Amino acid sequence: MQPEQFFASSRVVIVAGKGGVGKTVVAATMARAAAMSGLSALIVEVEGKSGLSAMFGQADLGYHESRLSAGGGVDGAADIWARTLTPDDALLEYLSDHGLNRVSKRLVGSGALDIVATAVPGIKDILILGKIKQLERDGVADLIVLDAPAAGHAITFLRAARSLLDTVRVGPIQTQARDVLDLLTDHARCQVMLVTLPEETPVNELVETAYSLEDEVGIGLAPVVVNGVYPDIAGLDVDPGSAATAVGAALRGGEGGELSAAATFRRERTALQREQIARLADELPLPQIKLPFLFDAEIGPDQVDALARALLGEVESIVPLPAAGSAVP
Amino acid sequence: MTDLATLVRDRRILICTGSGGVGKTTVAAVLAMRGAAAGRKAVVVTIDPAKRLADALGLEGLQNSPSRIDGEWPGELWAMMLDTKSTFDSLVAKYAGTPEQAARIVDNPFYRNISGALSGTQEYMAMEKLYELYEETDFDLIVVDTPPTRNALDFLDAPQRLTNFLDHRLYRILMAPTRGMMKAVNVATQAFLRTVSKVVGGDVIDDAIAFFTAFEGMEEGFQRRAKRVAELLTADETGFVLVASPRRDTVHEADFFARKLREGGLDVEALVVNRMHPKWGDELAEATRARADAFEGTDLGGLYANLADFQLTASREEAHLDGLTESTGDADVIRVPMLESDVHDLEGLGRLGDLMMGA
Repeated sequence: MQPEQFFASSRVVIVAGKGGVGKTVVAATMARAAAMSGLSALIVEVEGKSGLSAMFGQADLGYHESRLSAGGGVDGAADIWARTLTPDDALLEYLSDHGLNRVSKRLVGSGALDIVATAVPGIKDILILGKIKQLERDGVADLIVLDAPAAGHAITFLRAARSLLDTVRVGPIQTQARDVLDLLTDHARCQVMLVTLPEETPVNELVETAYSLEDEVGIGLAPVVVNGVYPDIAGLDVDPGSAATAVGAALRGGEGGELSAAATFRRERTALQREQIARLADELPLPQIKLPFLFDAEIGPDQVDALARALLGEVESIVPLPAAGSAVP
Repeated sequence: MTDLATLVRDRRILICTGSGGVGKTTVAAVLAMRGAAAGRKAVVVTIDPAKRLADALGLEGLQNSPSRIDGEWPGELWAMMLDTKSTFDSLVAKYAGTPEQAARIVDNPFYRNISGALSGTQEYMAMEKLYELYEETDFDLIVVDTPPTRNALDFLDAPQRLTNFLDHRLYRILMAPTRGMMKAVNVATQAFLRTVSKVVGGDVIDDAIAFFTAFEGMEEGFQRRAKRVAELLTADETGFVLVASPRRDTVHEADFFARKLREGGLDVEALVVNRMHPKWGDELAEATRARADAFEGTDLGGLYANLADFQLTASREEAHLDGLTESTGDADVIRVPMLESDVHDLEGLGRLGDLMMGA
């Protein structure tokens, strides 16, 4: 699949996964890969404190858009923007857009949003998703990447529109919920990209989440991202002594043992990772995008670039599914 | 400094905290298991265990009361999974004046939303369950896992937050029309309620008013309870175990967490750093990398490149920890190596316990 075709699948991509799988890194990588393909991208954060800005070597984000990476450089890449969305800010904006400016400050300032949010569960989620819908409609960027709350909360978050329709039967919130549901269920406008590590528990949770999202929300699923895959290295099954002899080198004292222990560890972890990747493929018929584990453990602009190039490479090897629409049969 | 093995033997309550995905539940289960091994009657309260771990602990579905796990230990090991809603229900039953009042609250649609929608409810119920086990049972070690909150400290002020909510000044605004307060207040209130109704619909407001009406008179009981829970958290017999992974972002969160706990007058007594990459040799990663480059394209080059990868990761992970150990003061730091597979059975928990506290 060509990158242009991949990024044209839907303007909104919601990146979701359990805590610790690297959701934010994947959101940053998607934006960078889109920018490298000449498409502008906006990353939307909902929880704050994610370290996203540090990945682009920038200061913290605010409610208004800030540019993380300017386009038009030597590589011809497009702009990457980011912003944080909070339910309180989105509510203020929503109320003033609906001519309710006078009460809006009071509703938020008095903490009354908590009461309303308790009375109408999902209202906060709808406010966030409603804002995303507005950004999508305004065409603020070629690609809008939403770094979703950690799963299982992700399912509740995405299910909010449907459950709200059951509770609130009239009024502007009902309209809002309907519009959000239209966005979520239109696979040409919005898809969810699930992220996992190649380990047993995260894979199980991803599979469960994938089926719930399709069955309960009717949401479209983008290829899944398997993050933190050990890259292949040659020679790991060769005895260090013989490997040295083969090139006429001599090992230093103790070095043979270290090389061999490290090689065994990597072989075993790699075998486990492959097993989980294969199991994921068995249980969930979606294309996979594998991103390498970065041993330098610091995600900065260079690492995001490397991951974005890896992602583009993986995208090219994706064979588009014959039938558009439901990926999970 | 108190080491982890001593904490497990001496404390009555251990609270495992940390950000999501770092293995808090697993660590909590290991601590309870070691408590049983030390002859204590131990219980672990889990929040949202991964399925296989839940199976290993005999947690099939929500039970909200501990069940015993058989095993080769001198003490007893019990486990339970927190059911937020039924914990809240029994709390309501406890403080309601009459069974009818309790039923009116529990049947109210607004109340039904509280457990799922109000932030902090799950955290509060975890602490409430802890308090209940402490007061009403004879467990001599209670290990509590905490929900994976972004702010990580939510569980500390959750009791206060919920009582504030129940005693919210908006509550009085909502109640005003039914109480016939001054007319001036009423006019403003009615305008406000009309606006809210316009946005979310009128039934919602009616439910909220009915809930607060039904709740009348119970705020005080809740306040007192919240205060006692807070006292229990700061008591000497309670210890906090901070769980982290050696990645930069989770170390940052753990660091933030440790400082907040200290601000709240609570010390982290042990820091468990989970899934550390193994380290081989004393060589600097750069030197090994140089050898990998010198032999690039050969098997030996591959072997060196692999060793350099792990040496680099190990040194970065240690560097991340340096800052964290400063903010956790003299807490015992336990480094848990990454195992070749995930832990999801009692045998795995036992092995992890050996790694954390010695066989």
